[in-house]
Amino acid sequence: MPKSQKSASDNLHLQADVLVLGGGPSAAWAAVAAAESGARVALADKGYLGTSGATAPSNTGTWCVPPGDNRHAVVERRWQRTGELADQRWMLRCVDTAYRNLLRLSEWGYPFPSEDDGRLYIANLRGPDYMRFMRRRVLLAGVTVLDHHPALELLSDGDAIVGAGGVARQAGHDWRVDAKAVVLATGGCAFRERILGGTGLTGDGYLMAAEAGASLSGMEFTGKYTLAPYGSSLNKGLPFRWASFHREDGSPILGPTGEPLRNGIGDREDEVARALIDGPVYARLDQAEPALQGWLRQGQPNCFVPYDRAGIDPFSDLFRITLRAEGTVRGTGGIDIVSDDCATGVPGLYVAGDAAGREIMTGAVSGGGAVNSSWALASGWWAGKGASTHAKRRAGKAFRGTVQPLGQAGLRPAATPRADIAAGEVIEAVRNEVTPLDKNFFRSGAGLEKSSERLESVWRDVRDHLRGEGADKVRAREAASIAAAGRWSVASALHRTESRGMHRRTDLPGKSPALAHRLIITGVDAFRIEGTPERPAELAS
Amino acid sequence: MIEIVSATRCVECDICVKVCPTNVFDATEHGAPVIARQDDCQTCFLCEIYCPTDALYVAEFAEGPTGITEVEVEERLLFGSYARALGWARGKAGGSQFDPTHRIRVAQ
Repeated sequence: MPKSQKSASDNLHLQADVLVLGGGPSAAWAAVAAAESGARVALADKGYLGTSGATAPSNTGTWCVPPGDNRHAVVERRWQRTGELADQRWMLRCVDTAYRNLLRLSEWGYPFPSEDDGRLYIANLRGPDYMRFMRRRVLLAGVTVLDHHPALELLSDGDAIVGAGGVARQAGHDWRVDAKAVVLATGGCAFRERILGGTGLTGDGYLMAAEAGASLSGMEFTGKYTLAPYGSSLNKGLPFRWASFHREDGSPILGPTGEPLRNGIGDREDEVARALIDGPVYARLDQAEPALQGWLRQGQPNCFVPYDRAGIDPFSDLFRITLRAEGTVRGTGGIDIVSDDCATGVPGLYVAGDAAGREIMTGAVSGGGAVNSSWALASGWWAGKGASTHAKRRAGKAFRGTVQPLGQAGLRPAATPRADIAAGEVIEAVRNEVTPLDKNFFRSGAGLEKSSERLESVWRDVRDHLRGEGADKVRAREAASIAAAGRWSVASALHRTESRGMHRRTDLPGKSPALAHRLIITGVDAFRIEGTPERPAELAS
Repeated sequence: MIEIVSATRCVECDICVKVCPTNVFDATEHGAPVIARQDDCQTCFLCEIYCPTDALYVAEFAEGPTGITEVEVEERLLFGSYARALGWARGKAGGSQFDPTHRIRVAQ
């Protein structure tokens, strides 16, 4: 028996200036930034602030570029790798704000390691420690933290977003927070791949934002996969920088120059992916010198948990590997940002972290852990400040109008709910189109057309008939979010008739100069795709 | 995924119920929490390190249970092994100041 049960009459109803949805780093930074501006802040997360998201279980580098003359050159070099879609102005302001927040962490007493000369090394954040530390900072800032309070939908008064509602899944009642501004920091969509953070990262914010009228950007860039021991959750590529790779018969997998592959990350993932489509692949971390082996073990302890528990010595034994799909978590698609304060174009709605489109930061290539981590440090800060400013401007008008809940698919189906349309089957059907290597790592127009047809059929069932009751409300909404994200991704991939970065079209290799711009997708049931629109450079909502 | 809540080690603090980001556990009226939604486990190992008595075991296979027994986990000294590798102890954070990852990044 659960210890606490509440009846419907115990429903939670709060008021706040700023409501942050999410429990990862960008949510924490948004909450701290808004509270620092004097806003009353509530943070509602699906899981637990401190363990939720992709960062908490990981050990992540940051893109840490100290101020100085060199900064422009570093950004320029990184931009060269982004498939021409990133924006150097955003990259520069991101490294600037991220650096300041890393210093803030150091001032607050986060236990960074030291370099040999005694200086703190602030360019790396150990996930469990970092997020536990951030939880304390959020609480110290006076934020009301609602753990295990998944949001189901946004609320609108017709002019602006004025809060959100959901279920308190452990207490068993509904919740609603009326707020003058909302920050979506709900993370990316991992399409339920079993990766670190993957269970909760179902793209909920994308669907909520799109229902409110926001656009998404770069949803075709979901072709990032990372190596992991077979069957494990450890989508951490770093140790495979020093590995050899072999087929079932023991023959080595060769790199593009015909030499045996000795580094499986970055562009070399293509060779591993090709081999994995043919059959099982095995690896051994035999390119790591003994000193490096020790640093890897001590510095990346989570990566070694699967080996130790399975009784494998990865430096001498061959072990089976897989490529884990990472959707928009390490992909770059997400909610389109329209101004420097991370506004979405929908009044009162802001976005941070992986919920936001990151093409402006890293274009058509993955930002990996480092860029995404710095992006969370910076975008969380801007979104929190932006939401707080919006809340102040709206003070007189807040909480007066009639409030409409905006949730549709998975929550309020268009036709009669049907018990035979189940969340788990919807997710499996979507996964079948957007995770297999031969459909999504290597794409083709014909394959995408077929996937699109199947996803349209899945979507019609979701739109018209999917609904969960009680605890299954969240599951139904997650399935609807995954279905929407899959559909947007395949539609955008069909629209991008070229190859660029992680979008690899076998039928259209090579970049097309005419497509050196972002693709913006707008609408839920009926949607349209456009090239990057011209827009004013600076415009607050 | 999560496979074992050791009734002999557990002190019924229910911290795992609170910190699991995917709501895998249910607290019980009298006794250790139960694994109520095993398939939602994302194999992040975080419940293990938050547990003050190293009473939880998450097996390495993320796709389904392996069936490993508590006896084997005890014999192989696997209870609390991830927390020890990090430098966490009794559910408290520690050890990040000794993280040598910067050396790996230089080697990379």
